[in-house]
Amino acid sequence: MPAILIERVSKAFSTSKARVTALENIGLEIPAGQFVCLLGPSGCGKSTLLNAVAGFARPDAGRILVNDVPVTGPSPERGMVFQEYALFPWMTVAQNVAFGLEVKRLPKAAVQARVDELLHMLKLSEFAERYPKELSGGMRQRVAIARVLALDSPILLMDEPFGALDALTRRSLQDELLRLWSELGKTVLFVTHSIEESIFLADRIVVMTYRPGTVKRDLLVDLPRPRDPAAPEFNRLKRELSELVAQEQNRHEADERLALTTD
Amino acid sequence: MNSWRRALQGLPLIVAVLALWELVSLTGWVNPKVLPPPHAVAARWWEYLAPPQPYDPEAGSRLAWLLSGELVQDAAGSLYRVLAGFVVGTVLAVPTGLLMGTSSRIYGLCNPLLQILRPIPPIAYIPLSILWFGLGNPPAIFLIAIGAFFPVLMNTIAGVRSVDGIFLRAAQNLGAGRLTIFRRVILPASMPYVLTGMRVGIGTAFIVVIVAEMIAVNNGLGFRILEAREYFWSDKIIAGMLSIGLIGLAIDQGMSLLNNHLLRWHRGLEH
Repeated sequence: MPAILIERVSKAFSTSKARVTALENIGLEIPAGQFVCLLGPSGCGKSTLLNAVAGFARPDAGRILVNDVPVTGPSPERGMVFQEYALFPWMTVAQNVAFGLEVKRLPKAAVQARVDELLHMLKLSEFAERYPKELSGGMRQRVAIARVLALDSPILLMDEPFGALDALTRRSLQDELLRLWSELGKTVLFVTHSIEESIFLADRIVVMTYRPGTVKRDLLVDLPRPRDPAAPEFNRLKRELSELVAQEQNRHEADERLALTTD
Repeated sequence: MNSWRRALQGLPLIVAVLALWELVSLTGWVNPKVLPPPHAVAARWWEYLAPPQPYDPEAGSRLAWLLSGELVQDAAGSLYRVLAGFVVGTVLAVPTGLLMGTSSRIYGLCNPLLQILRPIPPIAYIPLSILWFGLGNPPAIFLIAIGAFFPVLMNTIAGVRSVDGIFLRAAQNLGAGRLTIFRRVILPASMPYVLTGMRVGIGTAFIVVIVAEMIAVNNGLGFRILEAREYFWSDKIIAGMLSIGLIGLAIDQGMSLLNNHLLRWHRGLEH
């Protein structure tokens, strides 16, 4: 039984000008414990697909099963990490991490213990009483990850979580994420437009096409970890993927020009 | 510290205005009955503030004696009305605003009526308030409540509507139900707007109280300056006006301090 089963999913949006098919007949089968990256240019529907798995948006057609149960709405079973962190700015770091546990009505002492454990795990202990606005982007994303891990969800959904971070912070969080993933054995569905990031992280990379969003290439990355971005195999794969993504990026840009001229 | 330095920056102009004013009166360019000099205003102000009787231990405590001046009694009366009216207005406005902000059906139902009522200045309610409530505190509190109601209401609606959808999605993802989302996400997220509305609202309340006191009651700062006009006490009028200004400033500063404390998590806040 796959952890996530996506069957013939389609989804369209109506904008003021046109009807956009974001996803068309997408199918994916993700086994438990796999780290999967959805890769593609902006507008390829990768975030739309992730939102559908998260339960924020219902597909127009097809279905999504998580551990054999159809997705009907958001659930702590599928913890989501957003690019914009989405931390509650009126809560301290500790209160943010505690939120999901309090919602579950866990006893106070248990909440406290779990929060301490998670803050320790993500090296955030000394920031417990800080507000998000006092933290850097990297620290905020650590808090967001801790908040989602608190749910103990078997599935982690990540929507370009490191997209807004500088290169060094990004790398350190990537290492951190791989460490947590190998320790906790979660299934990860990770959206990115960075080819290097996808090769560095994933067991499997799903390249998506620009509108309508379909699977262009689905490949396994069998490089040993930790991966070295300077290694020849890494770069061979990078070149191959760059070509695929560039084709879709060109279609994206051509489409944008066309939209401009038909205005 | 910083705000004190900023206040001191304005001191030269205040001194210059006082000096010019004193000069204009001393040289007799204007009739002191119309514009009394600052020292006369200061003397009258002191007389207005100071206890009328010498201290008598038999009559009561020293604190009560200190507060027995007419100005203190007037200010207390005005503040009581402001506070009572503001509380009534806010207690009605915040829940209404929260409901209107969260439910588009309730918004659609209430908004047309409120848009018709909103442009009516609280002062236009004076005749009706006297017909309904007679004289004394009730009509004044009614007028002040109306004055405070609309700024708080409009800001609360705007606050709820401006809550970033990503917070709602994050909360849903963390397993929160509708009630939890309302209480722990929508409420705090809209708080900056609600508090801004309350700051505007209490400012409006303070304007309305002065007008209301000129009509419906026989104490308070507004009543006192109108009474002083009857006797041609222009120095007392000015002393009363300056008291109104200083108390208004104090209320606004107090609200601002309270906002900063409650919103210490808020982005873009100066510390």
